Amino acid sequence: MNELAPPRQILDQDWRRVLQFGGLCALALVFIALIGMPVQLDTRILIRRHLSLGYLSLIWIPIIMGYLVSKELVLEGIISAKKGPRDLLTGALTGMIGGAGLSLLAVLINNYNLRDPLLNWSPQTLEQLNFGNGIGFGIGIWLLIGAALGIFGSALHVLPALTAKAVGTALLAVILVSILETAITDLLQGFRLTFVTDSLYAKRGGLSVVSTIVLIVFVMLVTVLAAGQGEALREKYDALDEPKRKSTNLTLSFTGVIILLLLPLFLGKIMNELLANVGLFVLLALGLNIVVGLAGILDLGYVAFFAVGGYTTAVLTSPNSPWISPELHFGIVILIVIVAAAIVGLAVGAPVIRMRGDYLAIVTLGFGEIIRLLFLSDWLAPYFGGAQGITNIPPVDLGFAEVKGSDPRSVFYLVIFFCAVAIYVSWRLQGSRLGRAWMAIREDEKVAEAMGINTVNAKLMAFVVGAILASFSGAVFAAKVGSIFPSSFLILVSIIILVVVIVGGMGNITGVIVGAVVLIGVLGGPKQPGLLQELGTFKLLIYGALLIFMMLKRPEGLVPNARRSHELHQEEFLQDAWLKGIVDDDDEEEVTA
Amino acid sequence: MSPVMSIRDLTVSFGGLNALSDLNFHVDEGEIVSVIGPNGAGKTTFFNLITGLVEPNSGDILFEGESILGLDPYQVTEIGIARTFQNVRLFPNMTVLENVMVAQHCRTHQHAFGALLQTKAFRKEEREIRERAEEVLSFFGTRLIGYRLDQPAFVLSYANRRRLEIARAMATQPRLLLLDEPVAGMNPKESVELTNLIGRLRSEWGFTIVMIEHDMGVVRDVSDRVVVLDHGVTIAQGSYEEVSNDPQVIEAYLGRPAQDAS
Repeated sequence: MNELAPPRQILDQDWRRVLQFGGLCALALVFIALIGMPVQLDTRILIRRHLSLGYLSLIWIPIIMGYLVSKELVLEGIISAKKGPRDLLTGALTGMIGGAGLSLLAVLINNYNLRDPLLNWSPQTLEQLNFGNGIGFGIGIWLLIGAALGIFGSALHVLPALTAKAVGTALLAVILVSILETAITDLLQGFRLTFVTDSLYAKRGGLSVVSTIVLIVFVMLVTVLAAGQGEALREKYDALDEPKRKSTNLTLSFTGVIILLLLPLFLGKIMNELLANVGLFVLLALGLNIVVGLAGILDLGYVAFFAVGGYTTAVLTSPNSPWISPELHFGIVILIVIVAAAIVGLAVGAPVIRMRGDYLAIVTLGFGEIIRLLFLSDWLAPYFGGAQGITNIPPVDLGFAEVKGSDPRSVFYLVIFFCAVAIYVSWRLQGSRLGRAWMAIREDEKVAEAMGINTVNAKLMAFVVGAILASFSGAVFAAKVGSIFPSSFLILVSIIILVVVIVGGMGNITGVIVGAVVLIGVLGGPKQPGLLQELGTFKLLIYGALLIFMMLKRPEGLVPNARRSHELHQEEFLQDAWLKGIVDDDDEEEVTA
Repeated sequence: MSPVMSIRDLTVSFGGLNALSDLNFHVDEGEIVSVIGPNGAGKTTFFNLITGLVEPNSGDILFEGESILGLDPYQVTEIGIARTFQNVRLFPNMTVLENVMVAQHCRTHQHAFGALLQTKAFRKEEREIRERAEEVLSFFGTRLIGYRLDQPAFVLSYANRRRLEIARAMATQPRLLLLDEPVAGMNPKESVELTNLIGRLRSEWGFTIVMIEHDMGVVRDVSDRVVVLDHGVTIAQGSYEEVSNDPQVIEAYLGRPAQDAS
């Protein structure tokens, strides 16, 4: 690389950046304090006596802002100065401005009363900000905390790469271990390793100070010792030839499946319940992935098919069903559910399928609500029970075992079975004539039609397949809960599934599964609690924020389409090689045929 | 010889603008016909009419003796008319191979159940689709095969995108191929290469070709007949020499000399 321009100091830019990021930091802190997150989440202890989820909701902001403000500027003609103490100063100032925002808030709360519009303009908030030590302490401490966190954030750039990595990993590990407390305790209990949890966590929840320090030291040591091992493994894997790589993949996925199947045996009721809920959403997300991710049809009323599966099962199995109650076996019911879902899929799909983009999204949104309101209506109450719903849905009798809500482990296995079916269906269809037609429609509908694809048929097929997968989830849901009400099928369910698909990675089976596990598992579903159940309604805020963040910074999702990113890298490699003159320009190739 | 496609008194207007008026046109089996004309003459509208993207106000389009008016675009492709687009419109996130495989949709029949059960018939058809796609792609030499097969279309160079678009149209197994400015934006060397390929599309693959083109060199080298459109009206047709000396054509392209205008 040749020198582009003489290095120019960017000090003159620094002040502006400090003010910009500091202002953002202050705004974010005040916003979070005023929506009441610190107070409401204070009950969840992460590190005993020292850190609660409430304070964590505040302190991550100055760290991130400090990290961002001292990030290397990449501008043409400007080479940012070497990282050094000056960056620590910018980080400190940024954090301090943020802290000043909270201090100001504390002063304002102390002297004025705005409780009428702002619910959280309360003594509790003030006390939380003061650490219970009076207003003067609060003002000073937040300036200090802000500055310290800002320095910490910017220090990640200044420290040597390996140290920064070790510190960052240790921080993440502490947060993860404390957030996953329920899961870890439960799992270790299953393996009879309670002494580990006893020493790791304090009696009334949260990491103890000693174990936090031990954990940090341990993780840092591991990071330093294992540095480079990951890349080495990856290189080794890349160097494998095709058949060997295939067998490695097979072994890995086989091990994964075995672990997944054995895992519930070591987990308690609460964790199994969580896994079962996650499974239901994985199933829904896989179905929506076919509609949105493969065929590119933005369906906002997907919950309708979930409801159809649930109600069909309820009507056909429950003795309390108000209309007919044949009390069929689940095995037969599931076949009828498939047919019912396909019919509703066609009925909803046919009128809306000729629309495109925004119009289609709005109409499907409407249809989703219509179906819920129909189930709720007095008109159909003689058939579906109206607001009273249908109760007393019997457990699924498999002959050798019963799947019922009071035994979440069995529900989990049933869900896993349907997830396996859904994965198989998605995988096979993706690589088939129909799957290619879906992708073509997603890419350019007009051209797809001009290339001989009957787009109406193909899109209807996507609707139907998606509907059937969602109805499976509905059927299991009905058997799990044992009763079914219209209020289980709110529009929110559609939205959350869509967020799961987008955050996980549209059009990618692994991505969608990861998205469901992370989001539903940690944050929780619309009504199902996740690991952070203290979040309550704040989880919707987090869903929204996450969605915006992903759309802006990583639209391809958590797990992007492997092939695509691989090819992107290959392209980069080719361009590099071309710059160095290793590969001839494409147009210099001779036509050989 | 009966014409593969004939068009009678075709008229279409958008609002008050007559994009095409009373157009008569025919193309015989194995012919290469170029449609030329200044910008806005109605050339692309002409293609859109044939492929069912636009409905005419009056007139008729016959393909192999039968009217194709009112068919959906996918049905037009099914009966054997394929096209490329003036502004290349590939499926950017699909691989080169998939772009060509998906174009065989209307020539293949396996449904979802075949794919789910992995039936013999399904696997056989998949293999055939793939083989056929590779055969079509190898028509362009080594440019689109090898490691390129599995690259997404958006990483291809401009010229290769144009080639891939032609390959995609070829894969629909048409009788009549409509090429909308196939060499637009290519450098002279690439234009010459593609001109030869267009000739071979007829001789080796047996396609009848209608081509819109601005590059007069290409038009001269490959076309049997040239049709000149201006403001939606055919102003001349015949061999390249006849057309290029036609005063009306020269006027349409270059305008009238100043002394005549007075």
